[in-house]
Amino acid sequence: MSENAEDKAVSIPAQSDGAEASSTDTKASGTATLSKDAAPGETLLKVTGLQKHFPIKKGLLQRQVGAVRAVDGLDFEVRSGETLGVVGESGCGKSTMGRLITRLLEPTAGKIEFEGKDITHLGVSGMRPMRRDVQMIFQDPYSSLNPRHTIGTIVGAPFRLQGVEPEGGVKKEVQRLLSVVGLNPEHYNRYPHEFSGGQRQRIGIARALALKPKLVVADEPVSALDVSIQAQVVNLMDDLQEELGLTYVIIAHDLSVVRHVSDRIAVMYLGKIVELADRDSLYRAPMHPYTKALMSAVPIPDPRRKSAKSERILLKGDVPSPIAPPSGCRFHTRCWKATEICRTTEPVLLELQPGQRVACHHPENFEDQAPQDTVLLTAAKEAAELVADEVLAESAETSAAVAAELAEETAEASAEASAADTPADTAEESARENTPAEASDAGSDSEAGSATGSETESQESTDK
Amino acid sequence: MTELSKTGAAVGEPTDASSAPTSFLEVRDLKVHFPTDDGLVKSVDGLSFKLEKGKTLGIVGESGSGKSVTSLGIMGLHTAGQYGKRKAQISGEIWLNGTELLSADPDHVRRMRGREMAMIFQDPLSALHPYYTIGAQIVEAYRIHHDVDKKTAKRRAVEMLDRVGIPQPDKRVDSYPHEFSGGMRQRAMIAMSLVNNPELLIADEPTTALDVTVQAQILDLIRDLQKEFGSAVIIITHDLGVVAELADDILVMYGGRCVERGPAEKVFYEPRHPYTWGLLGSMPRLDRDQQERLIPVKGSPPSLINIPSGCAFNPRCPYADVPKDNLTRTVRPELTEVADKHWAACHMSQEQRERIWTEEIAPKL
Repeated sequence: MSENAEDKAVSIPAQSDGAEASSTDTKASGTATLSKDAAPGETLLKVTGLQKHFPIKKGLLQRQVGAVRAVDGLDFEVRSGETLGVVGESGCGKSTMGRLITRLLEPTAGKIEFEGKDITHLGVSGMRPMRRDVQMIFQDPYSSLNPRHTIGTIVGAPFRLQGVEPEGGVKKEVQRLLSVVGLNPEHYNRYPHEFSGGQRQRIGIARALALKPKLVVADEPVSALDVSIQAQVVNLMDDLQEELGLTYVIIAHDLSVVRHVSDRIAVMYLGKIVELADRDSLYRAPMHPYTKALMSAVPIPDPRRKSAKSERILLKGDVPSPIAPPSGCRFHTRCWKATEICRTTEPVLLELQPGQRVACHHPENFEDQAPQDTVLLTAAKEAAELVADEVLAESAETSAAVAAELAEETAEASAEASAADTPADTAEESARENTPAEASDAGSDSEAGSATGSETESQESTDK
Repeated sequence: MTELSKTGAAVGEPTDASSAPTSFLEVRDLKVHFPTDDGLVKSVDGLSFKLEKGKTLGIVGESGSGKSVTSLGIMGLHTAGQYGKRKAQISGEIWLNGTELLSADPDHVRRMRGREMAMIFQDPLSALHPYYTIGAQIVEAYRIHHDVDKKTAKRRAVEMLDRVGIPQPDKRVDSYPHEFSGGMRQRAMIAMSLVNNPELLIADEPTTALDVTVQAQILDLIRDLQKEFGSAVIIITHDLGVVAELADDILVMYGGRCVERGPAEKVFYEPRHPYTWGLLGSMPRLDRDQQERLIPVKGSPPSLINIPSGCAFNPRCPYADVPKDNLTRTVRPELTEVADKHWAACHMSQEQRERIWTEEIAPKL
């Protein structure tokens, strides 16, 4: 433990010897709640089946009539030293997730483990020693700083609350923190209103770093800032991570910012993670149709690509209500690839490729998980009209190519592998995708029929 | 300073000062100042540009650069509003379709508003009236300019809602704004501003409050509607991605003034102002390989009460010392034409800027 603390202390540039001592001191007075520090790459935070349902109450008796399923079953882990980016549209539950893992909200179900310790239902006093290791940076730099307190009081608050006496006194330590985040230490006695938005966000970051946390959860840390200031804060967070060995969970809606800062990225839709992958695989070859649509929607700052509008996938309508989310795959109401199985069976988050977990029956850029289920839902046909033919053709091609590749591998591995089946299926699939109109004749009667049969079959294929 | 900015307009836009312009919209040396207890806030300080019908102008800048104040100025919404007890001080000329708006009769401008120029606001929830149905608000906008009965107007409202892609428009026309989602509200706003086929449409951060997928829908809609109605569009945003999608011309504002203006291609590929370089460098890009680091602009935007002397960008400019004689800190640079229809306001010589861009900035982006 002390080794690690030394490590951190040495790497902070603006730090004196005294600060190093203070960091060990901090740990020592922390009543040693933690068994050990996670080494880089080890799991720092593990979340299983996390749920948060906000009850909707009505009437005189305040009976519960329903629930907003803000977060509905999340499984992921955060490794020490990495940055996990969480993206999704508003209302997908990403902020709720952030508040759950920092235990600002009480989860409805599921388990949160921090460094191997179950913190899911710890009370206020049980959480207190934890608070030192898990800190949060908030979105709005205007409402997250108390206007009646000076910067010195705000940044020094963590020391007071945790009863930590840093070496050289709180004031000296606060001034050091201010210089670390690029503020003038002489502004110690100023009030928040005297600072600009970017500077306030730096104050929030200084406060979060005061106790040398291991995990920092940042909820939209730059979205309230101007473009040029955004870049300053992004770079600052980058530098601090390198210097202090921080682990970040960064929640944001801006996909380009998330790509820039993250090592791994989780894409959320209606309270679920639909895809969790390494940054590069996710941006190079997204597998979930939603990820693909989300990424294609980002406007590219390049006027020469204005004509390349066809690459864009427009989604139909709005995100459904989290009070009554769609059955099966939650994206099936807006997906252009949705079939009967998507409506009936919820896809599991499976690791289809090393480092890329996807919850989809018909992933992009990969072998179809339910190839026998080829009849598109009516909603999917409508959705497909908004997707350019080139995109559909291209996606069918890549899926077929990957499938063929995999089929070859299986054929090599074992002779009795169904090498003949797979290409046939993909050929069928690509035919379907190129001509969605043809399939429409088959319509609803076959949809119901194929449902029961396809379910078991798909189970088989996923097992493979 | 007044003199300088006037010459700036003359250099930037060679126009015959008194006569009516040939362009559909022409803004000449627009200044909007707000007197406050702390001093004069120079939100817009000498802005000139032209816009033709069927074209889109993108105005880019950070908060407090005067983008929105410009748009409200064109719409004539400053004179009506009072700031404290004092009104905004507006000077310059705004020519729309041969009419000078600032000197025109307010009644006349009011009649033009909605019919010849309309605006889409950033936050549709606060721009729509919560007590009235969407339909009632569109009908009102239509009946002010058209002498028709309520039934016809409502049919027109349903038609417009259908056109902007609201499902079941005949039912949703009787909904209240709170029953709509953010994207649908913005669509309803667009329907309302287009109901009178305005020739000039000003969209002030139309998609900032929306999710990317909805933003893509709205941008597509604005583009299609522009083609259909042939109107001139001014789109105001801080997102360079959005302007790249929509704009034919781009105007970059800083500290209440235009620092660079030109065709979108030129501004993105051959920018000639350090602030534009800064904006391009600050932005992580999805279409490029991962950059190691962003290149932010140091410092923060200037206070509009106390705009730095000389070039307003000089305290943040990494090249402020390149021009001789401390020129950047004493003299305001004027817009000069650096290429065909491409202006920039910088003291560095053309060659210097070209060299810095191609050798130092562009390779890092």
